[in-house]
Amino acid sequence: MRARAYDVVIIGAGIVGAACAWACANEGLRVAVIEADIIGGGATGAGMGHLVVMDDSEAQFALTRYSRSLWQQLVPELPDDVEYESCGTIWVAADEEEMQAVRQKKEFYEVRGVSAEVLDAKALRAAEPNLREGLVGGLRVAEDAVIYAPCAARFFIERAQSRGAELYLPRVVTEISAEGVRLNDGSVIAAHRVVNAAGTWSPMLTPGIEVKKRKGHLVITERYAEFVKHQLVELGYLKSAHSMTTESVAFNVQPRRTGQILIGSSRQFDVESKKVDASILKRMLERAADFLPGVNRLAAIRSWTGFRAATPDKLPLIGPWVGRENLFLATGHEGLGITTSLGTAKLLADQLLGRASEIPIGPYLPSRVPESVHA
Amino acid sequence: MPKAFSVTVNGARVGVTEDMTALAAILLSGTTTLRRSVSGEPRGALCGMGVCFECRVTINGEGHCRSCQIRCAQEMDIRTDD
Repeated sequence: MRARAYDVVIIGAGIVGAACAWACANEGLRVAVIEADIIGGGATGAGMGHLVVMDDSEAQFALTRYSRSLWQQLVPELPDDVEYESCGTIWVAADEEEMQAVRQKKEFYEVRGVSAEVLDAKALRAAEPNLREGLVGGLRVAEDAVIYAPCAARFFIERAQSRGAELYLPRVVTEISAEGVRLNDGSVIAAHRVVNAAGTWSPMLTPGIEVKKRKGHLVITERYAEFVKHQLVELGYLKSAHSMTTESVAFNVQPRRTGQILIGSSRQFDVESKKVDASILKRMLERAADFLPGVNRLAAIRSWTGFRAATPDKLPLIGPWVGRENLFLATGHEGLGITTSLGTAKLLADQLLGRASEIPIGPYLPSRVPESVHA
Repeated sequence: MPKAFSVTVNGARVGVTEDMTALAAILLSGTTTLRRSVSGEPRGALCGMGVCFECRVTINGEGHCRSCQIRCAQEMDIRTDD
């Protein structure tokens, strides 16, 4: 066999591709990363940057917890512009039914060794005085954090480069072949393995993978220090994230290091336009004001949209693509790609090297038969 | 004659008239640093006509008010450099 320039070529320098590049380069593999636009220019740059343990399913919990622990190990090395803040998450319960869910969540976490603290109504207001009265309580997950994800992606790429990885940017991949990848200028980058980490663009290069665009809106405000202190998410968020209906909004706000407040969230399937949708924005802000009445007095400076790479069972696709020996996937991370980028990179590198992973990989393999997602 | 009264700037009373802007009251109080940039640099009024946003202060508890665009009112509480 003719010697190829690279062991692995990674398509996409979003945070997932960047993390994969770093992990592979760390293992001594010869790595190329090909990015069509800029580092972190897709969902990475559009999203909130919440590092969060989620318990939609056991598999989602396993990957988010594993990934969050990898982030925590990395904190001392993160550059300042990654803006890592360990503000924690509070899942806010609006009624008794949701408070019951809080207690279940607490037990689920406790049994699995993740610390979480149940807040009653009084403790919730003490923690977040700007929340409206009448909320029943919440669950504080103190070890969750936030980052500025595009800078994290850039940092991962820099680390990969310092280990010999090469970045091709801006270069557009038009085809994945047995040789490697073909670019739109006709040239071929030869590699033994190809990793499709192109997020919402991944199905264009690998037809047949079940990744759909799921649009989201965000708003950022001026600086209002201490307006909120934790990432605040309504318990009902899961209902929104879960529902496969065409559109939903949920209360989800985040304090930035600057004092700015990031306000979300919305989910829409089957929308291609990147335009801000005024009616969705209105619903989203009304939802935020329902929990935080003071939001109405804050000045917003910008709103934008982005697209999540969503899979039917809410789990990413990590591993070999069936029927294509040289092709691996690292895509379909929906709203959790910032958190799970590091875990994904480990699992992918393990598979490329043919070794066991620290968590079971079955639920993320592209060849899986999806379990029905529990609601 | 425009009505005269006082407002507070960072807790200190300043005598003003109703035709003055909050910015004028702040400058009368001897304060020139109105706010801090995100990196902590001092900022003061630049354009005086509502365009540059450098004169933002907290008025009656509301942040990011452009002091050059707001007239003084009785009992107004102005805080700079918040």
